[in-house]
Amino acid sequence: MNYSTLLIALLIALGAAYFLGRNRARSLAGQGESMHSLPTHYGALTALWTTLPPLLILIMWVMLEPRIVDALLTMQLPEAIRTASEAEVRLALSKVHNIASDPTMMGQSDLGSVAAHLVDLEQRAAILKGGVILSVILLGVAVTWRRIQPDLRARGEVERIVRIMLFASSAIAVLTTLGILVSVLFEAVLFFQKVSPIEFLFGTTWSPQVALRADQSGSSGSFGAVPLFAGTLLISAIAMFIAVPVGLMAAIYLSEYATSRVRQLAKPALEVLAGIPTVVYGFFAALTVAPFIRGIGESVGLDVSSESALAAGLVMGIMIIPFVSSLSDDVINAVPQSLRDGSYGLGATRSETVRQVVIPAALPGIVGAVMLAVSRAIGETMIVAMAAGLAANLTANPLDSVTTVTVQIVTLLVGDQEFDSPKTLAAFALGLVLFIVTLALNFVAIKIVQKYREQYD
Amino acid sequence: MTDSTMTTRQKVEASMRRRRAAETRFRLYGMASVLFGLLCLVVLFGDIFSKGTSAFSQTVLTTTIEIDGDYLDITPDSSESDIMSANYDGLIKRHFKNDVQPKGRSEARSLFSLISSGAGWQIQSQVLEDPSVIGKTVTVDLLVDDDVDQWFKHEYGNDSGSVRLSEKQLEWITGWIESDALKTQFNTTFFVNGDSREPELAGIRGAITGTLLTLLVTFLLSFPIGVAAAIYLEEFAPKNRLTEIVEININNLAAVPSITFGLLGLAIFINIFGVSRSTPLVGGLVLTLMTLPTIIISGRAAIKAVPPSIREAALGLGASKMQTVFHHVLPLAMPGMLTGTIIGMAQALGETAPLLMIGMIAFVVDVPGFINDPSTVLPVQIFLWSDSPERAFTERTSGAIMVLLGFLIIMNTAAVMLRRRLERRW
Repeated sequence: MNYSTLLIALLIALGAAYFLGRNRARSLAGQGESMHSLPTHYGALTALWTTLPPLLILIMWVMLEPRIVDALLTMQLPEAIRTASEAEVRLALSKVHNIASDPTMMGQSDLGSVAAHLVDLEQRAAILKGGVILSVILLGVAVTWRRIQPDLRARGEVERIVRIMLFASSAIAVLTTLGILVSVLFEAVLFFQKVSPIEFLFGTTWSPQVALRADQSGSSGSFGAVPLFAGTLLISAIAMFIAVPVGLMAAIYLSEYATSRVRQLAKPALEVLAGIPTVVYGFFAALTVAPFIRGIGESVGLDVSSESALAAGLVMGIMIIPFVSSLSDDVINAVPQSLRDGSYGLGATRSETVRQVVIPAALPGIVGAVMLAVSRAIGETMIVAMAAGLAANLTANPLDSVTTVTVQIVTLLVGDQEFDSPKTLAAFALGLVLFIVTLALNFVAIKIVQKYREQYD
Repeated sequence: MTDSTMTTRQKVEASMRRRRAAETRFRLYGMASVLFGLLCLVVLFGDIFSKGTSAFSQTVLTTTIEIDGDYLDITPDSSESDIMSANYDGLIKRHFKNDVQPKGRSEARSLFSLISSGAGWQIQSQVLEDPSVIGKTVTVDLLVDDDVDQWFKHEYGNDSGSVRLSEKQLEWITGWIESDALKTQFNTTFFVNGDSREPELAGIRGAITGTLLTLLVTFLLSFPIGVAAAIYLEEFAPKNRLTEIVEININNLAAVPSITFGLLGLAIFINIFGVSRSTPLVGGLVLTLMTLPTIIISGRAAIKAVPPSIREAALGLGASKMQTVFHHVLPLAMPGMLTGTIIGMAQALGETAPLLMIGMIAFVVDVPGFINDPSTVLPVQIFLWSDSPERAFTERTSGAIMVLLGFLIIMNTAAVMLRRRLERRW
C-alpha cells in the first residue's frame, strides 16, 4: 500500500470513527443514561484516537524505512564494497536503487541479486505497513468504543488533545529556526574541517572550482570569502543610497504634507512595488537597467561592465523603497501630535518641525526600519543572481562586476551536489554567515522598533 | 542699517524669506520622492508590457498540404502507433521542396529552418484526431521558426533587414507575405505547451500546473498550522519566557532571507527525510515554512481584533474555553485570517530563490500530474528563460511575467475585497 492510499484510508477512518462514536453516545443517551459530554465530543474523541496514532506511526515509518532498508542492503553487498570507503557503499546503494526501479536492468549487473532483494524488501515493507496501520486504526476504534460510557469525560480529553495539537503547531516556528540553524551549522562544520575558518573569513581569493584530478594545479580551490562580503556590502550600500532618502522623504511627505486623497492613492501604489516578485526585478535589472547604464557610461567614455554592481544595486534600491517608507510612516505617525503642536506654537515651519522635532523623536524607529531594510538587501537573491556577476572581484568601483554571498550560494547549489566536496559545503558556510548576520540585524531592529512604539503608547 | 539697529521684528522678517524657501524645497524633495517611486512603477510595468505583449501572438504559415498516405506508409485504418511514428517532417520538407524549388542542399536546409521543428507534430496530431484526412489535401497553419516570427512581428514593414535571416530566406518569406500565407494569430501554444528549447514551442502550462500544485501543498499545510499556532499563541499560551521566545522567533523568521529556507529544504527535507527533489511536494514544504510567519502574525492580529465581550458572553453561558474559541472567536476572526493567508500565498507564488536550491530549476517538458512529479514553477521558468539568448525567449519571459503579475493582482484584489466585505467594526 502506498502512502496516498493510506492517507485516504485514514481520512475515511476519521469520518467513520466520528459518526460511530457520536451515534454510540446518542444511543446510550437514548437508553436513558445521562452522559457527561455532548455526543459530538464522543465522536471527536473516537476520531482523534483512531487517526492520530496511525498518523504518527506513518510519519515515523517514512523517516525510518529508507534507513533500515539501506542497512539491510549493506549487509547483502559484496565483501569488497562493504569493507571499502563509506562513499563506495553509498554509490553501490544508489546503483541498487536504480536497478530495482528498472526491471530490465536486473540481470545486467553483479548487483542484480541485491536489487532483487530490495524489491522483495519493499514489497514486504508495504504489506507490513498496510497491516500495521489498519490494525492500529481498528484498535483505536475498538478501544474508544468500549470506553464510551456515561461517566467518560470526553470533552476534557478532547480539549486536552486539541490543546496539545495547537501547541505543536506553534512549536513548528521554533523548530524551523532550529532546523535552519542545525542544517546550516552541520554542513558548515564539515566545511571548516576542510578549510580553516580564518582562511574563509579573511582570505581574499574566491575560486571554489575543485579540480577533477588531484594532480591539477589549484586542486583544492580557494575559499577566501572577503570579495563576496565586499560585493554584498557594495550592492547593499548602493541600494540603501537610493532607498533610504527616497523612502524616508516619501514617508515624510505622505504623513506630514499630503492630503488624505493623495495619501490614499499614493501609499498603496508605492506598496505595489513591494509586492512585485524579485525575479521580475531581476529581469528588469539585467535586460533594461544594465544595458541602459552601460550605454550612458559608454557615451561619457566610461568602461562599464555589463553586470555592473550599480544596475543590481539601483534596482534593489527601488525594491526596498516601499519597505523603508511604510516602516518609517508607521514610526512617524506614532510621534504624538502634541510634540508637533508645541513646535508650531513656538513659530517653527512645517519642515523645521519635521527636521528638528519629528525626526529626532522618531529616530530610533527609523534606525530600526533601515536595519531591517539592510538585512533585506543583504539577503536578496534573485536580483543579484540575474543582474550581478559571478566573478569575485575585490573592488569598490560600482561600475565593475562584483558577486555576492547569495549569488554564490545559488551557483554552488544549483545542479548536482556532492555533499563531501568543499564546493557544496562552502554554500552552507556562506549560508551560516548570512543567517547569523541577518538574524542579528532583525533581532536588534525588531527590539528597537517595538521598544520605541511602547514609548509613546 | 546694521544688525544692531534692527528690531526683532525686522530680524524675523529678514529670515522669513530663507525659511520659506527651505520649506518649499523640503516639500518638493518629498513630492519628488513619491513621484520617483511611482515613476519606477510605471517604467517597470511599461517595460515589461512593451516587451511582453507580442508574446501572445504567434506567426503561422498557412499552406495546403497533401497528407500522402503512400509516402507516410499509412492508411486511415492503420494502428495508432503506426500513425504516430510516420515521417511527417519528411512530408513537410517534400512539400516545401516542391513548392519553393530551392537550389542545392544548403538552400534547402535554410528553407526548412524557416519552419518550426514542431510542424511535424502539428500534422501528426491533426491526423491522429481524424485519420480520414489521410490521402486528402488539407489547409494547415504551420508554426514558423522563432527567427521568422520575430522578424515578421517586429521588423517587417520598417524596412530593416534581419541579421538572423539571409537574403534568400527573406525573399521566400516576402513571397509568402505577398500571397497572404503568413499571418499572426493568438499564441495558444504559449498556454498549452510545457517548456521547450524551441521558443515557438515553449509554453507555460507546465510551470503554471507546477505552481498550482506547489501552492496547493503550501495552502493545505500552512493554513491549518498557521491558524492553530495563532490560536494557541493568542488564546492559550501562558505568558512566560517560552512563549516570549516563540513570539520573537516568529517575528524574526518573517524577516530571514528566503534563500536560507532553501538551504533548510535541501539539508533536511531532501537529504534527511529523502523527499524527492524537484517536486511540488518539497517545494510546498519549503514555502510552507516560509509563509507560516506571515499567516501566524496576521492571524494573531485578527484574533486580537475580536472584542473580549464576545468571549465573556460565551464563557458566561457556560461554554468551555475551547468552545468559546472554536465556536465564537474563530468564525469572527476568519476573514482577517483568510486575508493574511492570501497575502502569504501571493508571496509564495512569487518566490524563486529557495526553489532553486531544491532542484525545481530542472528542465521539465511534461506537464506535472501530481505533487510527486518533477516540475518547475512560474517564477523559476521566468528565471530560466531570461537566461536564454534568443530574442523570442526575452519576449516569452515578459509574457510569463505578465501572467504571473496577473495572478498576483487577482490574489491581492481578492484579499482587499475580502477585507472590505467582511470587515466588521466593533
